Amino acid sequence: MSTTTAVQADTPISYLNATTGWKSWLFTTDHKRIAILYLISITAFFALGGIFATLMRLELTTPQGDLFTSDTYNKLFTMHGIVMVFFFLIPSIPATLGNFLIPMMVGARDLAFPRVNLLSWYLYIFGGVFALMSIVMGGVDTGWTFYTPYSSTYSNSFVMLALVGVFIAGFSSILTGLNFIVTVHKMRAPGMTWGRLPLFVWSMYATSLIQVLGTPVVAITLALVGLERLFHVGIFDPAIGGDPILFQHMFWFYSHPAVYIMILPGMGVISEVVACYSRKRPFGYSFIAGSSLAIAVLGFLVWGHHMFVTGQSMYASMVFSILSFLVAVPSAIKVFNWTATMYKGSVAYNTPMLYAFGFIGLFTIGGLTGLMLATLAVDVHVTDTYFVVAHFHYVMVGGMVFAYLGGLHFWWPKITGRMYPEAWARFAALVTFVGFNLTFGPQFLLGYLGMPRRYHAYSPEFQPLNVLSSAGASILAVGYAIPFIYLLWSLRYGEKAGANPWGAKGLEWEAASPPPTFNFDHTPLVTEEAYEYAPEKEVHVG
Amino acid sequence: MNHKVLPVRTYVLIWAILICATFTTLGVAFIDLGPWNIVVALMIAFTKMSLVVLYFMHVKQTSTLTRLFVVAGFFFLGILIFLAMTDYGTRTWLPAGKMW
Amino acid sequence: MPQQVDSSTLGMWVFLLTEIMFFGGMFGAYTIYRVMYPGAFASTSKYMEPVLGGINTAVLICSSLTMALAVRYAQIGNRKLIRIFLILTMIFGVAFIGVKFSEYYLHWKEHLVPWMGFQYPEHPEFFRQAQILFCFYFFMTGFHALHMFVGLGLMTWLVIRNEKIRFNEEYYTPVEIIGLYWHFVDIVWIFLFPLLYLIGANK
Repeated sequence: MSTTTAVQADTPISYLNATTGWKSWLFTTDHKRIAILYLISITAFFALGGIFATLMRLELTTPQGDLFTSDTYNKLFTMHGIVMVFFFLIPSIPATLGNFLIPMMVGARDLAFPRVNLLSWYLYIFGGVFALMSIVMGGVDTGWTFYTPYSSTYSNSFVMLALVGVFIAGFSSILTGLNFIVTVHKMRAPGMTWGRLPLFVWSMYATSLIQVLGTPVVAITLALVGLERLFHVGIFDPAIGGDPILFQHMFWFYSHPAVYIMILPGMGVISEVVACYSRKRPFGYSFIAGSSLAIAVLGFLVWGHHMFVTGQSMYASMVFSILSFLVAVPSAIKVFNWTATMYKGSVAYNTPMLYAFGFIGLFTIGGLTGLMLATLAVDVHVTDTYFVVAHFHYVMVGGMVFAYLGGLHFWWPKITGRMYPEAWARFAALVTFVGFNLTFGPQFLLGYLGMPRRYHAYSPEFQPLNVLSSAGASILAVGYAIPFIYLLWSLRYGEKAGANPWGAKGLEWEAASPPPTFNFDHTPLVTEEAYEYAPEKEVHVG
Repeated sequence: MNHKVLPVRTYVLIWAILICATFTTLGVAFIDLGPWNIVVALMIAFTKMSLVVLYFMHVKQTSTLTRLFVVAGFFFLGILIFLAMTDYGTRTWLPAGKMW
Repeated sequence: MPQQVDSSTLGMWVFLLTEIMFFGGMFGAYTIYRVMYPGAFASTSKYMEPVLGGINTAVLICSSLTMALAVRYAQIGNRKLIRIFLILTMIFGVAFIGVKFSEYYLHWKEHLVPWMGFQYPEHPEFFRQAQILFCFYFFMTGFHALHMFVGLGLMTWLVIRNEKIRFNEEYYTPVEIIGLYWHFVDIVWIFLFPLLYLIGANK
């Protein structure tokens, strides 16, 4: 197969150079290499989704629909949604940081099923190919939500290809979740009790539960839509007495918990980053762990809040509204705990911590506006307006993407053995924060004032805020581009990192940077509690 | 999972019960019990499923963890059906304005 | 090694959990339509053959017994009996599929296949909703049959593997977990049978 290249005396053998050649990467079962494969593919899909967003924001700088026809615009927001939701947000942290870190954090050499892990990546790519085909052949215009009967009967766009792509990618997600669940149950090192697990692992476990329980339901739902399209008869067609709302019930039964698949890993990252840069054990460890599970369970009870104005029974809407208020509680608990962790901690302002600050603030705003949307009467006014768009971008971008960038920076030395340039990184974090708020802040106002979403043209009085939003998007793009450049740069020119540049606690920091293929020389024996930071010893990490 | 080896007799007994239950379901279906037909049919189905799960799938001998996962699946399925039924079941109710 | 056995078994159970949710989605949708259109659904029962469905149920239960025995003999390492019971299981499985497809053929001849000239002359008032039920019938039994084909494929692999390696109390994991899969497919049918075949059978 592949041979070990002659490495220079001062380059230690790690998972990156242990074997060489493209086959050693494409047929690897090493969880760390698979994480890198995902990292590259996810970044590519993020860029693609970003291109669609750019085109949309360009169109929206003027009130008239002058850049694209409405049909094309429909395809743009659909493809933006499909790519970002199914091919970026859902896999992002689990498939990259989760794959890389979970075995190391529990003290194992790899995940429970390494070959299934590789299969997960191939399924992701295979699904991605179908999604790309649907784009290249002309696009889908149903919205990423595929509402029937438009998607099942009337749309003339390439819905089948997109459905197949999402269906296959769903299996990737299921297998990843399955792998993580079994790993956490069965592969923990001696002494690594549940109460000593890093909070990142807790949040990944909760995420995996959602993936395993929810994804199959959207799989069968999309399969039924596909069958309806193929055979021209199905169960969502009103012409034969089918109920389009049933599609929405089944679709949102997964898609609401899906947003918790997206955010829980981000919350796990924040717990790790805040602990390290406050040099303190997270306040209320068991509450943070428990709230992850609570979010996973409660997240399954609220899907009807996406359907308040669809013709769903008002009584069901009231039930879903109350349950949606309930699910905010565990998220709020986490925010309080992170804040309390910082209190009287020895706080450092490294880049990951800056992203964490951004997360906490922006996620809080996003979450509070979520409560506004859960309020039945308010939702009737702002549903299907830019208020909703702003809300979910605050939690998904201001929350998830910030956590992703923070986590990427935090573990970059471990993954690559290189330090990123701190000054540029802090600058980029600031630019991203400013650009993000400029893009999506005005959208709250636009929505409340009545601008509907998914429209390529709008009433002229909305233009100033739209221009502000589009300008912000260009700044946000710069904020994303800068890390892309310096992180790549650091691979070759970055300062070499030691095993534990941040002085952080956790088993992953005890292995070399980058780690050897089997992570640890001997199975670790865990004897201390998690996050045993000694507050007296101030370690300078800047 | 190294289970104790169950005697052949146990498996055959479970099989016999399952076959009887199938004939019972079939027979009861031809008697008019109104809305209870479906209730009885589902109860028999649940019993058959439990026997297969406990004995053929060895869950009786496995850990609580596995049982928890099995129950979890049905629990969440139940949530899907129950909460969706809060919509379908109440669509024809009169608006709340009548009450207060 | 016990930890690997535990992991594989837990992994299969987690996978079966996803299958519960997959089929469950369809069961849920079926339940909702049945509540919405009780008359239409009841009218379809005369086109179902409960006796055929019952026979098929019995066939699958027999296949579950033979599968469970195959696992048992894998536990005690009797290669010959493993082979016999696996093959018996497969024979029952093929028999089930044979009956199922002959039922499909009968339905097609009676114009009850929704996308191929569906007719419902005896209850024209239920024409639209009966199509929905038959969609469910074909989709649910179709996905079930698909899972049976996969199961037959897995058992073919297992029969071959049984000839090559020795299964015994130390290692019988593949037999156990494929057994779990097959029992699950049986359980899905245990629910499909009363829901699809026996509604309104007494009317």
